[in-house]
Order: sequence, then C-alpha cells, then structure tokens
Amino acid sequence: MAFIQAFGAYVPQRIVSNAELAARLGCDPDWISQASGIAERRFAAEEESVADLAVRAAQDCLARAGRAAVDVQLILVATGSEPRRFPGAASVVAYRLGLRDGVPAIDVPVASAGSLVGMIVGNALAATYPVILIVAAEKMSSLVLREPLDRNIAILFGDGAGACLLDAKRGAARIVDHALHSDGAFAGSLALQADGTLFMDGRSVILHASRKLPRAIAEVLERNQVSAADVPVFLMHQANQNLMDAVARALRVPADRFFSNIRNYGNTSSASLFVAAAEWQAGGGFQSGAPAVFAAFGAGFHWGALLAVGV
Amino acid sequence: MTSTMNETEMRKKVREIVRQFASENREPDATESLFESGLLDSFVLPQMVSALEEAFHIRIPDADLNPRHFESLARIEAYVSSRP
Repeated sequence: MAFIQAFGAYVPQRIVSNAELAARLGCDPDWISQASGIAERRFAAEEESVADLAVRAAQDCLARAGRAAVDVQLILVATGSEPRRFPGAASVVAYRLGLRDGVPAIDVPVASAGSLVGMIVGNALAATYPVILIVAAEKMSSLVLREPLDRNIAILFGDGAGACLLDAKRGAARIVDHALHSDGAFAGSLALQADGTLFMDGRSVILHASRKLPRAIAEVLERNQVSAADVPVFLMHQANQNLMDAVARALRVPADRFFSNIRNYGNTSSASLFVAAAEWQAGGGFQSGAPAVFAAFGAGFHWGALLAVGV
Repeated sequence: MTSTMNETEMRKKVREIVRQFASENREPDATESLFESGLLDSFVLPQMVSALEEAFHIRIPDADLNPRHFESLARIEAYVSSRP
C-alpha cells in the first residue's frame, strides 16, 4: 500500500459567473445555483490545452511535495476532454514536466471517476514504481459550449486540473483500502459521442450515483471496521452539491463533513477530486490516525471509494 | 408488491408517495411526466425510489434504476405491480 504525499491544483484565471453564463444560455442565474450549488466556474483560454492545465497542476503538486520531476517513476493522466484520440495527454505532460527519459506515461480516459481510478491503479503499482504522479485535467468548456448549447449540461461544468503524488515509502496518509466498480449497462447515460456532443441523462446519473456512492463508501468502511460517523472528512468528485448532500444523508453524516468547493469551480470532471483535495490539504489536511474517504462516480458507470489514514 | 395490498390501495399509496416529494399540491394525470411538468426534480428521484421500496416491501435492483420506470403515475404503478 502506498502513501499520499501531496495534492496539487490549477484552475484557469478566467472566472465565469452564473450571471454571465445565464445570459449566454438564456436562463435564470438563480436557477443555476439552486440546481447545482454552483456560483461560478473557470474557463480556460482558447489556446490553453488539457495538457497545459495538467502540467500546471502537476508542477503545483510536486512543489507542495518538495519533489522534483526527475523523482517521478510513473505518471497517470486522467481526462475525458482531450480532443486528440491518440496519443492521449499523458506522454505530452510527461515530456513537458521533464520526467526522466523512458518513464511510462499512461492515459486514464475515464472522465469523472478518473482521478479516483488513477489513485487506485497507482496504489496497486507502487511496489513497481515507488513514486507515482497522478494528474487529472479537463477543459470541459470546449465540450459544453459547442452549439447547440444544452443549458442543463452547460451550467454544470468548469475547467481545471489536479494532481496527487503517491510514494511507496512515505507521505501524509497511508492508503488502506478501496472499492472500485463498473457497470456498462448504463454507458449511454453519460457519454461523449463520436461527434463531440456530450450527452447526459441527468436523472439516470443522479439515481445511480445516489445509491452506488454510499454503497461503495460503506463497503470500504465496513471492511475496515470504520464507522462513517468517525470519518472527519469525505472528499468526493464535485459533481453537484445536491448529490454530495444526498450521499451524506444516506451515510447519516453531517453534510459539512463532505468538503465542497463546487460553488467556486463547478464540476471539473476528473479534476474535481484533486482540486478539492488540494484545497483541503492546504487548510490542514490529514490528521495523524484520522481516516479520510475519497469517492467518485462518473461515466461508464465507474464508481468507487478509497480509505486513507493520516500518518 | 406485498400480496396483501390490492390495486386500489397500491394506486393510492403511489399517489401519496409522489405527493410527498412533489413541488406542488396537485394530483397529476396518470400519464403526465412528473419531471417534465416540474412536479418532481431529479434530486428527489432517489428518495422517492427508496420510499417506494419501503412502502411496497420491494427491492429495486440497480438494473431497474431506469428513470423511465418512475416517469409518471402510470409507469410507477406498472413497475411496482411487476415486482414480486
């Protein structure tokens, strides 16, 4: 089992308020905040790429960890919004970060659950690659601002990137266990179509996420004899404030145990878990002996939870 | 659906549950979309499904978590009736 050493994040400079977006979409800004809990999001500049965002978040993560790029022995890059089908962003990000020649750079094209999948896969590979950098980056604006605009989708998403450094020997928290699941029966419920259209059956996503997330979290907690009531923080993919509140209710824990920054960034898909974790860690983060739960759900459907304990 | 409940009781119970989560106090038409009409929003759907499970002593498997089953009173009644 590996240790989580640090998180990092980068969000583009441009802030897009609900008022600005509502004017473009022809809807009420108050409806956006009520439906999602989002007040504003960041949109990348036209020329900023997914790899650009990823590199900035990775550099922030390495700086916070006090590590150099040459220390990294494997990099995993999660994204669902990289426009080029292959090669994905991973090899470009590795090259631009200045990782050592030949270090493997693997794409994780999983979208919303990509950062969690990256943590779980990285944890499993840490015995072979003792220092693993996981990056998640999304330029969702390039998808949701395409014509014809779908206001139910466009209100939700923002751009951003996050990163997590795993180390086989040391860190701020030890990864204890995880639960990871997939169900292809609903692959059509949330999908980026071949023509670039993002389709989302919101009711289907909410219905499944509201059930599967609490179940995955309970699975990993019960297996490790940890009560949800004893977990001081849950770090979840920032999909929608209403969804996070529903998961908290299902687990019978106060909603404020679920760290939330969706108000400021919207849903940044795979990046959101690490962007949230980076903010949380900057505010104090892991406490010795205290559990922390990470959870995500997204297109696939793929979902899961990971339990870590502060060192 | 529990074998002790007849169809009239089942329909009455379905309406009670929908009313519990509805944004307006009115009886929808049997085939009216509860979501498109704004009577229900997406975020009460999971809670309504849980309430149906409890009221009718049924377990709705993940494979059946299709929003279409819960789109209207008629669809909910048909789904609940189909459950053993």
